[in-house]
Amino acid sequence: MRRLTYGQAISEATVQCMEADPSIFVAGIGVDDFKGIFGTTSEAFRRFGPTRVFDIPNGENAMTGIAIGAAAVGKRPLVVHPRNDFMFLCMDQLFNLAAKWRYMFGNRGGVPVVFRGIVGRGWGQGATHSQSLQSLFAHFPGLHVGLPASPADAKGLLVSALRGSAPVVLLENRALYDLDGEVPEACEAIPFGKGRVVRAGTDVTIVGISLMAYEAARAADILTTHGVSAEVVDLRSVRPLDEDIVLCSLRKTGRLVVADTSWALCGVSAEVAAIAAEKGWHFLKAPVRRVTPPDCPAPVSKPLEDAFHPNPMTIAQACLDVLKAGAPLGAGVVDVQATFAGPY
Amino acid sequence: MTQDSRMRLLRDMVRIRRVEETLADLYPSQEMRTPTHFSIGQEAVAVGVCAALRRTDAVYSGHRCHAHYLAKGGDLRAMVAELYGRETGCARGRGGSVHLNDPEAGVIASSAILGQTMAVAVGTALAFRMDGRDDVAVTFFGDGTVEEGIFHETLNFAVMRHAAVVFVCENNGFSTHTRLEVRQPAGVPIHSRGGSYGMPSRLVDGNDVFAVHAAAQEAVAHCRRGDGPFFLECTTYRWREHVGPLWDYDKGYRTKAEVDSWIAQCPIRRASEILVAEGVCTVEQVMALERESQVEVNDAVAAARAAPFPAVEDLTLGTY
Repeated sequence: MRRLTYGQAISEATVQCMEADPSIFVAGIGVDDFKGIFGTTSEAFRRFGPTRVFDIPNGENAMTGIAIGAAAVGKRPLVVHPRNDFMFLCMDQLFNLAAKWRYMFGNRGGVPVVFRGIVGRGWGQGATHSQSLQSLFAHFPGLHVGLPASPADAKGLLVSALRGSAPVVLLENRALYDLDGEVPEACEAIPFGKGRVVRAGTDVTIVGISLMAYEAARAADILTTHGVSAEVVDLRSVRPLDEDIVLCSLRKTGRLVVADTSWALCGVSAEVAAIAAEKGWHFLKAPVRRVTPPDCPAPVSKPLEDAFHPNPMTIAQACLDVLKAGAPLGAGVVDVQATFAGPY
Repeated sequence: MTQDSRMRLLRDMVRIRRVEETLADLYPSQEMRTPTHFSIGQEAVAVGVCAALRRTDAVYSGHRCHAHYLAKGGDLRAMVAELYGRETGCARGRGGSVHLNDPEAGVIASSAILGQTMAVAVGTALAFRMDGRDDVAVTFFGDGTVEEGIFHETLNFAVMRHAAVVFVCENNGFSTHTRLEVRQPAGVPIHSRGGSYGMPSRLVDGNDVFAVHAAAQEAVAHCRRGDGPFFLECTTYRWREHVGPLWDYDKGYRTKAEVDSWIAQCPIRRASEILVAEGVCTVEQVMALERESQVEVNDAVAAARAAPFPAVEDLTLGTY
């Protein structure tokens, strides 16, 4: 199968869906400029022009409402935020209206708006440009929340979003943008609420999401050299959340490590741990461990930043701890963004 | 305007008044359990504007939405059933008084968060234009919404995209119990805000249904031509308490004399006095309109009370 980068896969999904469905339009700050949101909207703009791919003024909350109002009468807006941190300014429209629309108007209609938010990481982007808001979005009934970790999922989940009836938030980690992988040429949807076993294993389950699913796979490579067989599960979406894939894996391994790009408290890692505690207690051979950023905003200075983000070594170490299997690992793996030269 | 059109304005106002006063009388029985913001006293804005619209135009509203819903042609029985929490309600008992909708009548949504549906109306207008339709979107909001950030974001965007939206501000002088003069700077009237973004803007006597209607016709025609958004500030007054069926002139934030001065400016009385004086109708005919509306609302109440509640097993229906 041919290979695409994560960013190319998003672009291809956008173009293919827009070709198939004239009701889709793309709106966002800079979607039509020379950068085209890291290249993900450039081809759509070239093909469909400014009537279907257009720049917007600042005013994130109003723009969210405008997308909702278009969706209410048959359009399928795709709104792009170059950083998900700007979406704090959209919360009223997103949670109080888009997420509730179908329910509070009597299970009629609904507003299929799709929001892409890019999660920054590294190169000193700091507190307000490198946080990942999945637990926030996932809390509210009425949304679908997806976090693709591979190019194929980046395409498939976006296709699913642009064909479905639910309002959707897709969070894309910037560190994944240049990674490549096999992507089907056909425009195929990957459903929300279905996780993916990234690799099979028998000793410990690592549940990850977004970049942490990728990092968990690298951790599994490290663990192999220590004689540990780790199963890596990528949730792919947190609302709906694939409980079965977590419990099936836990039944096999009896041990659970959860890695998340965001904080532990009230986070996705807490949710996965709760699934294990409520429904998988009898499978557990050891306490659940979570690997998350520490309880502080994202820092800027390189040594602090390196210590802030979970990485394959910290995930692998947590697995060894759960297995009571060995000495500290220390440092020794190439950072996922080692070649990233900034700025954004 | 034809005499029939003017009579229709009066009839629609009388109908809304009869509906709301009847519901207000029934509220203490505790059968309707949803916070309700009555429009009593403000009917002329809803009726004057909606009479300038066609069925395929879109209307959005806020928390005080009964009059807008009814004036645009929203189903009365479905509204009353919604207040009674029944499965036959317009939102099947999931929305309540502040979340009325009737898409077939062009009442797309109302919502209890200030300014929310201003932006949404612009999105609908944008979609109409994309589809080559000359329908317009109207969003009703109060003077309190002018203080929200989304008010300014929305006006800016609407002008930049020439959106076919009529912004209708019902200025009743209060945000809950707080007077306009302690919330917004003196000397900056609300209608000047619309003008400051470069759209035509009018100040209208919101208790004069004929004046509202004339202004709305100008605004709607402007939007249909593709000339961009239009702003109307309609001054009016809420007679009852902010939320609930009661009178509240004894609560200290306003006086009975102030309320009475606005009751003397009742939009229905003003319209009927004009029409009677001009010989368009008789006092008896106005009273007949009241009786007809009373029959209709009594019937809607009876139907709502006889309708089933939603099934508990359907509690989570509609969340994807």
